[in-house]
Amino acid sequence: MKPKDATAARRGVPPTDISNPNYFHKIVDCQWACPTHTPVPEYIRLIAQARYTDAFMLNWESNVFPGILGRTCDRPCEPACRRGRLDEKPVAICRLKRVAADYKGDIEHRLPKVPKRKNGKRIALIGAGPASLTVARDLMPLGYRCVLIEKDPQGGGLMRSNIPRFRLPESVLDEEVDRIVDMGLETRYGQEVASLKSVLDEDFDAVFVGTGAPRGKDLQITGREAGAANIHIGIDWLSSIAFGHADSIGKRVVVIGGGNTAMDCCRTALRVGGKDVRVTVRSPRKDMKASEWEIEDAEKEGVPIFDNHAPQEFIVENGKLTGVRFAKMKAEYDEAGKRTLVPTGEEVVFECDDVLMAIGQDNALPWIERDIGISFNEWDMPVVDGTTMQSTRPNVFFGGDAAWGPENIIWAVAHGHQAAISIDLFCKGQSLSNRLAPGASLVSQKMGIHEWSYDNDFSGDRRVPVPHADNQKALKDLDVEVELGYDDRLAFQEAERCLNCDVQTVFERDLCIECDACMDVCPVDCINFTFNADEANLRERLRVPAANEEQDLYVSDALKTGRVMAKDEDLCLHCGLCAERCPTGAWDMQKFTYVEAQASPSCAAYSTSYLR
Amino acid sequence: MTYIKKPAIRHPGLRQNNLGLTRRDYEGVLSTLCAGCGHDSISAAIIETCFELDLPANRIAKLSGIGCSSKTPNYFLDRAHGFNGVHGRMPSVATGANIANRDLIYLGISGDGDTASIGLGQFSHAIRRRVNMIYIVENNGTYGLTKGQFSATNDRDSKSKKGEDNLFDSIDLAMLGIQLGAGFVGRSFSGDKDQLVPLMKAAMRYNGFALLDIISPCVTFNNHAASTKSYDYIRDHSEAVDKLDFVPEREEITADYEEGQTIYVKMHDGSMMQLHKLSQDYDPRDADAALATLRKRFTSGQVVTGLLYIDDRKQDLHELMKTTKTPLNALHMDELCPGRAKLDEINKEFA
Repeated sequence: MKPKDATAARRGVPPTDISNPNYFHKIVDCQWACPTHTPVPEYIRLIAQARYTDAFMLNWESNVFPGILGRTCDRPCEPACRRGRLDEKPVAICRLKRVAADYKGDIEHRLPKVPKRKNGKRIALIGAGPASLTVARDLMPLGYRCVLIEKDPQGGGLMRSNIPRFRLPESVLDEEVDRIVDMGLETRYGQEVASLKSVLDEDFDAVFVGTGAPRGKDLQITGREAGAANIHIGIDWLSSIAFGHADSIGKRVVVIGGGNTAMDCCRTALRVGGKDVRVTVRSPRKDMKASEWEIEDAEKEGVPIFDNHAPQEFIVENGKLTGVRFAKMKAEYDEAGKRTLVPTGEEVVFECDDVLMAIGQDNALPWIERDIGISFNEWDMPVVDGTTMQSTRPNVFFGGDAAWGPENIIWAVAHGHQAAISIDLFCKGQSLSNRLAPGASLVSQKMGIHEWSYDNDFSGDRRVPVPHADNQKALKDLDVEVELGYDDRLAFQEAERCLNCDVQTVFERDLCIECDACMDVCPVDCINFTFNADEANLRERLRVPAANEEQDLYVSDALKTGRVMAKDEDLCLHCGLCAERCPTGAWDMQKFTYVEAQASPSCAAYSTSYLR
Repeated sequence: MTYIKKPAIRHPGLRQNNLGLTRRDYEGVLSTLCAGCGHDSISAAIIETCFELDLPANRIAKLSGIGCSSKTPNYFLDRAHGFNGVHGRMPSVATGANIANRDLIYLGISGDGDTASIGLGQFSHAIRRRVNMIYIVENNGTYGLTKGQFSATNDRDSKSKKGEDNLFDSIDLAMLGIQLGAGFVGRSFSGDKDQLVPLMKAAMRYNGFALLDIISPCVTFNNHAASTKSYDYIRDHSEAVDKLDFVPEREEITADYEEGQTIYVKMHDGSMMQLHKLSQDYDPRDADAALATLRKRFTSGQVVTGLLYIDDRKQDLHELMKTTKTPLNALHMDELCPGRAKLDEINKEFA
C-alpha cells in the first residue's frame, strides 16, 4: 500500500477482499441461500441452451433429488433471488430444476462408479429419507457397504409417506430413490428399529440416524378421546393414504393447522371423498407457515381458509364427532412487535365428519437408549455438532429432522453430505475437522469487444406461470399430477429472466482512469465514485442510498483522486454494461464457480469440471 | 458502443424530483461513442442538472452541429426539442429559434472543431449578440470522428498519439468568450461532476450567453502521455479558482465559508449562486483581471477551472432589441401581421 492508500483505508471501509470466496458466493443469492449450494445460475443457463442432461447432473451432484425437489422443495433460493427485490417475482428456480429432471437424457454412464472391491467398512443408515439416502450416495462410491433400515415397506421416508402423489408422482420418487439403492445399497425395509443398542451390536463402523420427525403433534381438548375415531393426526393419515391403508374420508372435513402439511391434508381430503373441506388456523393469515404457493394451490381447488380460529372443543354427540367449536382470535402486538393472540369473545362451530390435525411434528427417539453415550439436551433432542453431524458417541451421526427438528428435504440433503464427510474421516481415523475447503474459481467471460459468453441482455418478462392440470380432472384422481411443468419454450422464457448473478463485476483499481462511464451507464445506479467513510455514512451517500444492509458494498482501494469505487451489490443486473463502457478494462465480467467438497470426489466430478 | 440496449428497469429507490420524474426519465438512447469518452460524462451531467432543476424536457431545445460532441444530444433528454444543424452553424439556428420563442431553454452542444474552426465566426457573433443560451463546448483537442488530427484548441506542446508535433498555437475559448462579451464563462472537466453540475445549473439559470468550455478527454485519440487534454494531465494540472454552490429559489443557503471569501450572485429568476473563492487573487467579476490570470496560468501550463467570469447585469438579445415578451407562436395572427394600415403608419415615421 502506498501511504495515501493507507490513510484512506484507515478512514473508511477497507477495500473488499474478493479473494475470499464467500464474498462473491454471497452475491449469488440463490446459491448462497441453498443449503446444498447448488449452482443455480449455471444450471439455468444450461436449461436455456437445452442442455437438460448437464443441468440435471449439476443438480444431482449437489442436491441428489432434482426431480423430487423440482416439485416439492421449500425453495429457500426463491425468496433470496435478486429478481424479487428488483421488480416483481423471483425466477421460478424450483420449476426450472424440474425441467432439467423431466427432459434429461441418459445419465447412466455419468453416475459415479461403485467399486466392486469394498473398503471393508460397514455403515448403518436408520430411516430411508433424504438424509440417509444422501449419506449412502456419497459413501458407496468410496467402497463403503451401506445398510438402510426402514420401518416402511419402501424407501423415501416422508417424501413417500407425507407428500401426496398429485404433487410428486410415484415414478419420479422411485426413479431417484432407486438410483441410490441400485448403487448396491443393502435395504432392510419393514424393519422398525426398537433399540439403537441392538444396531450398534451388529458392529457397524458407524451409524447414521436419519429418522426424521415422524410424530405429529396432538391437541388435547375436550372431546379428543370421545371423537377419536374421526380425529386424525395429519401426517399419519397422509401416510395411511400413501400406503393404501385408507382411501376415503367423510364429506365434511375440518383441517386444523396452517403449515404445508395442512395444505397437503386438505387437498388430499378433496380427492378421497371430502366435499366441504376447510382449513382453520389460530393465527392471522399472514403468519401462516405454509408456503405462499401451496396456499394458492389449495385455494384454487376450492378450500377456504379461516384464520384467527382457535379450536376449543371437539363436539361429540352419541359417540360420534359432529363438529369443532372455535374461539375467534385477534392478534395484538406490543411495542417490540411481539404478537399475542387474544380471544374476541365470539365463538363459532364448524360441523364436520372428520378432523385432520396438522399442527406440527416432533422427532421421536424413544428407541435410543439413554445410557449408550449419546447425550440429549433439555428439549430431549440429541446433542449434535452443527458442522460434523457427530453425536456425543463418536461412531453415531445424526442428520435431517432427527437432528434439528422439522425442516425440509433440502436441509436433510445438506446434512447428509456433511455426515458422509464426517463418517469417511472417522472411518479413516482422521480428525473430523480435517474437512476440505470448497473449490472456487473466477474466470473472465469476455469473448470480444461487446461479447460475453453469457446472454447479458436483460429480459423484462414477468414470471412465467406453470401450467396446471384441469381442476375437475385433477380432483378426481389422487395420482394426477396437478402441476404440468414448463415445456421447452416456457422454460427458455423463464430461464432468460435469470440475472446471471454468478457472473461477477470485478474491478481492477489500477486500471481505472475515473472517467465515470460505468457509473453513468449503470441502469440501476449501483456504481459510485466517492470519498470513503465509515460504512453507514458511505451507504447513505451513494447515488441511491444502500438501504439493504444484508447486501455488501464492494469498495476499492483509493483511486488517483483519493476517491474510492463503491458498488452496492444489492440490485446489480449483472448486465455487463459497466464492463462494456469501461475504456481500460478496469471492469470485467468474471464467472464465479463454487463447488462444495464432498466425501467422494466422483459425486461432484461434473461440478468440479467447471472450476478453472 | 454496446450491443444491448440499456435495460429500462431502474432502481426502485431512485429519487424523484418535484415533477415526479427520476434521473432516468431524462436519458436518451445509449451512447454510440467510444467507451470512456468524456462526452458521455457531460451528457450524464446534463441529465443530472435538468433532473435537479426540475426542468420539464419540453422546455428545452437541444441544438448541435457536427462532430462527436454534436451527436450527444441523442443521448440525453429524448423528450426535448432538438435540431442537428450544419457543421459550425448551430449558433445561427439557436439565434433564430431564440428570437422566435424566448420561453425555451436553448442548450447548444458543440465541440472544439465545430466551435473553434469551422464555426468560429458563428460562435463569436452569437456571443456578441448575447443570445440567451447555454453553449457547451466538449473540448478534447482532436478531431475524433476523422481519426485524431489536431484541432484548433490543441495546445502547441501537446503531441499527437503517434508523437507528431503540433505546429500551431491553440485557441482558448474561455478567454475568447470573455473578450467577446459573454456574461457567464466557466471551464470544467468531464471527469469532475462535483464541479461541473453546479456550473451547469447556474448556466441554465443565467439570462444571457453562458459559455462552458469543458475539457473532455478523447480516450481513443487524445488520452496519451504527451497530451494536455488527457484524464491524467487535467487531473494533475487543473486549478479551480472557485467553488460554486447553486442555491435554487426558496432554499436556504447552508454552506458556511469564511467571511470575505464568498461572493453571492443573485440570478435573474431569484436563485442564488454562492461562489467560494479558492484563489485569493481571483475575482470572476473583473474581466481584465480574469483575463490576465487566465493568460498567466496558461503560460505556466495550468488549466484554470471554475466560474471564470460573471456579469449579472448584462442585457440579453431580447432586451437589447426590445422584442415582444411573447413567443411568436403564441401571438395571434393580427398581432403578427397587423395589416396595411399599421404598415402605412410605420412607413409614415420615415417619411
